[in-house]
Amino acid sequence: MQYLAPTTVDEAVSLLAGASGDCRILAGGTDLLVRMRSDMADPDTVVDLKRIDALKQITPEDGGWRVGAAVSGAEMGEHEGLVADWPGVVEATNLIGSTQVQGRCTMAGNLCNASPAADSVPAMVAAGAVARVVGPNGTRVVPVEEIPTAPGRTSLEKGELIDAIILPERGVRSSDAYLRFIPRTEMDIAVVGCAVSLSLDEDGTCTAARVSLGAVAPTVLLVPAAAEALIGTKMNDAALDALAAACSAAAKPIDDKRGTVDFRVHVAGVLAKRAAVIARKRAGGAA
Amino acid sequence: MALDDKQLYQTREFKVVGTRVKRPDGIDKVTGKARFGADMSAPGMLIARVLRSPHAHARIKSIDTSAAEALPGVHAVLTRADFDEITDDDFTADILDNCMAGEKALYDGHAVAAVAANSPSVAKAALKLIKVDYEVLPHVTDVDAAMAADAPVLHEGRANETVPAGMSPNVLSRYEFGHGDIEAGLAKADRVIERTYRTEATHQGYIEPHACLASMGADGQADLWCCTQGHYMVRNTCAAIMGMEQGQLRVTASEIGGGFGGKTTVFLEPVALALSKKTSRPVKMVMSRSEVLRATGPTASSSIDVRIGMTKDGQITAAFAELRYQGGAYPGSPVEFGSMSAFAPYDLENVKTVGWDVVTNRPKQAAYRAPGAPMAAYAVESAVDELAKGFGLDPLAVRLENAAREGTRASYGPTFPAIGLEATLRAAKDHPHWSAPLGENQGRGVACGFWFNFGGDTCVSLNITPDGTVTVSEGNPDIGGSRASMSMMAAEELGIPYEQVRTIVADTGSLGQNEVTDGSRVTFAVGLATIEAARAAKREMCKRAAQVWGIDEDAVEWEDGAARPAGPNAGKHPPMTIKEIAAIASNTGGPIAGHHEANPEGAGVSFATHMVDTEVDPDTGAVKILRYTVFQDAGKAVHPDYVEGQFQGGAVQGIGWALNEEYIYGDDGVLQNAGFLDYRIPVASDLPMIDTVILEIPNPGHPYGVRGVGETSIVPPLAAVANAVSEAAGVRLTQLPMSPPKVLKAVQGL
Amino acid sequence: MSKIHVTTSVNGDPTEFLCDADETLLDALRDRLGMTGSKEGCGTGDCGACSVTVDGRLVCSCLMLGAEAEGREIGTIEGMAKGDQLHPLQRKFIEHAALQCGICTPGLLVAAKSLLENNPDPTEEETRYWLAGNLCRCTGYDKIIRAVLDAAQEMREAS
Repeated sequence: MQYLAPTTVDEAVSLLAGASGDCRILAGGTDLLVRMRSDMADPDTVVDLKRIDALKQITPEDGGWRVGAAVSGAEMGEHEGLVADWPGVVEATNLIGSTQVQGRCTMAGNLCNASPAADSVPAMVAAGAVARVVGPNGTRVVPVEEIPTAPGRTSLEKGELIDAIILPERGVRSSDAYLRFIPRTEMDIAVVGCAVSLSLDEDGTCTAARVSLGAVAPTVLLVPAAAEALIGTKMNDAALDALAAACSAAAKPIDDKRGTVDFRVHVAGVLAKRAAVIARKRAGGAA
Repeated sequence: MALDDKQLYQTREFKVVGTRVKRPDGIDKVTGKARFGADMSAPGMLIARVLRSPHAHARIKSIDTSAAEALPGVHAVLTRADFDEITDDDFTADILDNCMAGEKALYDGHAVAAVAANSPSVAKAALKLIKVDYEVLPHVTDVDAAMAADAPVLHEGRANETVPAGMSPNVLSRYEFGHGDIEAGLAKADRVIERTYRTEATHQGYIEPHACLASMGADGQADLWCCTQGHYMVRNTCAAIMGMEQGQLRVTASEIGGGFGGKTTVFLEPVALALSKKTSRPVKMVMSRSEVLRATGPTASSSIDVRIGMTKDGQITAAFAELRYQGGAYPGSPVEFGSMSAFAPYDLENVKTVGWDVVTNRPKQAAYRAPGAPMAAYAVESAVDELAKGFGLDPLAVRLENAAREGTRASYGPTFPAIGLEATLRAAKDHPHWSAPLGENQGRGVACGFWFNFGGDTCVSLNITPDGTVTVSEGNPDIGGSRASMSMMAAEELGIPYEQVRTIVADTGSLGQNEVTDGSRVTFAVGLATIEAARAAKREMCKRAAQVWGIDEDAVEWEDGAARPAGPNAGKHPPMTIKEIAAIASNTGGPIAGHHEANPEGAGVSFATHMVDTEVDPDTGAVKILRYTVFQDAGKAVHPDYVEGQFQGGAVQGIGWALNEEYIYGDDGVLQNAGFLDYRIPVASDLPMIDTVILEIPNPGHPYGVRGVGETSIVPPLAAVANAVSEAAGVRLTQLPMSPPKVLKAVQGL
Repeated sequence: MSKIHVTTSVNGDPTEFLCDADETLLDALRDRLGMTGSKEGCGTGDCGACSVTVDGRLVCSCLMLGAEAEGREIGTIEGMAKGDQLHPLQRKFIEHAALQCGICTPGLLVAAKSLLENNPDPTEEETRYWLAGNLCRCTGYDKIIRAVLDAAQEMREAS
């Protein structure tokens, strides 16, 4: 195996484009090294992005935030501006692994690992985040939900990398929240994850919402029907029940070692309600 | 062996025993200096890796190692063909077969070949070049399925004479214990309940994977370093497998990073020795976590039927249990211990247990802390709880009403001497935890547990150094502070400060045979031998003083670290301290030492009562442990911190077993969760503080009244948590683990 | 496969080693530098026994390549005591009997030190969550949590 540590994005792109064999990007490494250890990956080349200074930055952009691909979960949690605007995205990223994993893991890596159970992805999807993809043919901007195409697979072309996740401007009376269910209190992969991002008007009516589910389908789901259940309501019990029903209806999970179909379908709705209530409170609505 | 009178418990005031001294290995362990199994290395050593079966059950038609052998850096490839077959000892033959498969691979992860190479990466590459031709066979991993007449068969002709004709060849033994007349007893009950309970296999989960370093010379002498609960066992087992004389193999125990019973056998050691023999180089082997989970001993899974009758005032009239345990691919599930211990906390007129030992395509089970008892207690204590609560009775009062006590004829045969069960129950009843209020969706559970405890072959050598300080050599790896405990007992007996005694774990060349660290035996048996060795040294020191004083040695007594003239000579000579006697030892007969070799009985059974509060989230099935209190009889607690630590550690392992730990097999018989990500042992944030109450009912079989404490603490928690969760959920759960999908299903009828 | 030359700092000592490209920092520490205080319990970031700090940030050394250590400052259990002066956490672990077998102890100490550097006055719950990635199978965590909270108090009072 060859280990390469470029110091610019251009250099990284040309290394990726020119590499032969199995070439993997190393951001935090908390998935890649586990795969290598478990004989699920045996790359010929690893390209480490952490020596690229630009990718280590959290930068204001168009009223929102550009989070570099090598920014760790811990660094996001320590960034007051980001936490204030996107508490759900940050809390979702901060749920990945242990304190130790937080010191390494990245949101972009979590996205490109393409696990349907990735914690930060539903939160990014609900937030309307986009990935900035850089490659031999230039730069393109892609909604994050279009990056994973199947478990372990992404829409990135050869030579492409995500250099940043861009979170949009957070409007007034708006916030987000992410909840996941795990058997223990820490250290597990999400059995179900749910993110809700919403905006309220002055009297507390929900004017916009995005709801996303993890671990209930081959890729993270954006659930428009769940958002519609909230929009235009004051998020009373009936609206929350409709939200839960929409999430349970959208969930198409499998039975596996982490949970059953029935469990996931039910809990998707439970978490959606709970996350919506938290997001509402954060947005300045009723507690 | 009859109890030696002088070993019997005497009431005494202790000066060192019962205090909370600092452990002698503390600094090494907090600074990273302590050397565990994988921390050993040797000049010129090779690294070995194991190729493991990807199939649950397969005939090994052929193994082609030629490409691996041809890889530069590879020094040897090993298969079963490199070992002599063992024909006269089924127990050891099974261990060999488990270390390296013979005709068949019997479970996912079963070792089929090993490579020794000059680097880990070469060894890993070589494994991929070994071609194994498997004929995949049907498999079975569930205990009840394995007992079915048409189940895939692992071995033909291994059942013993206790098994009735016509059963599946996978059923290898039947056990029966009890007395009285079950049907007559049940007829007197106001209610009889009949329930089936199931538990999944759990792993001991020690954080240190198995590791060893073997070095064998052309002269047939060998040295082996390894992490084990018993290096004398490793020596004897490896010598038998390698066809060596035991005296030619010296085994040194490294520090051990947890065992809980799982390191009471061998997995890598014979392979490393055989590779070292083949290459004439030291060979190091370290397992990965996935190998630990796939191929070392978890405990048994179980399926248990219980039938218990109770009168409306809480009297148990009869109790019956039928226990089916699968212990993996070889005989030896702990169903016998389960059958013996199931009803041990009760004084019953009519009691019977029947146990079945069953093989399946899973890894060979190894001992796990009170092997066999936690699942039996789970079934029995769940049923007793359901009966008690059904009558509206206080579950602690019902247990007190039926409690085994001194003079009770135990369900497994013997009559109990002084035991501590009632003391634990009364302490539980009086504890503020029992009367604390509970909130919505919360429930409180209690359960009792029992373990036999054990003595076993033990040797201790205690040396007085020329400056009068003391070294103790014992033969059991220190798994939780036993060097401190031995030093404390030696210091107590000699009347000197704890700091003047240093205890080491001696290699197999230095002492006679020592049983493994099992059966909660070390503080009891090694402690007893340490005290006796100190007494022998004291007798010798009194003799030396008598010689100097020119008086009869019987006229000298030992007190506070010094020989003193006694009787008519009292006061005629100033006391001679241990330091003074040691200083002149060379001139009074030579060096002074004491030693003791024994297989002591009288280990003293142990009982505990656990109390736990849980909260169930009715919308997700999540269970939170809110509060936990352990009440256990420790006999005399030599080092209370370590006693508490055993109580707490056992309780938390039991919580894991009850809630989230399980072996999950796919339809293909492959283990689905061979890692700490999905084999979910409790993490710090899952738990509250674990409160402990130490009861000290002296064990009459030990000079200081010590009982083993290590194992009993894992027996009650499965049932205690199940009883608490069932109360909180409002529905009785009868399967472990009570993972969220199961709890939610029970609560919501999903 | 040619090896990579890495120049780094371990516990303040300038250090160089050669490692394979796919070799973890944990393996480099243990096998190249003889620093076996960091333990491998899982190799997949699930147990925390290999915890070290990199430029002051707590990480699992099994989830990082040795090559990534180039130019970084690595802190391991071997650097926690200053000569014969144990760190207060090390002392409190001994005093509270917060270790039984001791295999998880180095990782727990490194992680706990990182906690107290980030939060000198953690609650019990914060301590339990910070340390959730450090598995201990012997103690049930009770005495570990007590030792960390006691050390935190002592360190606050001393500062």
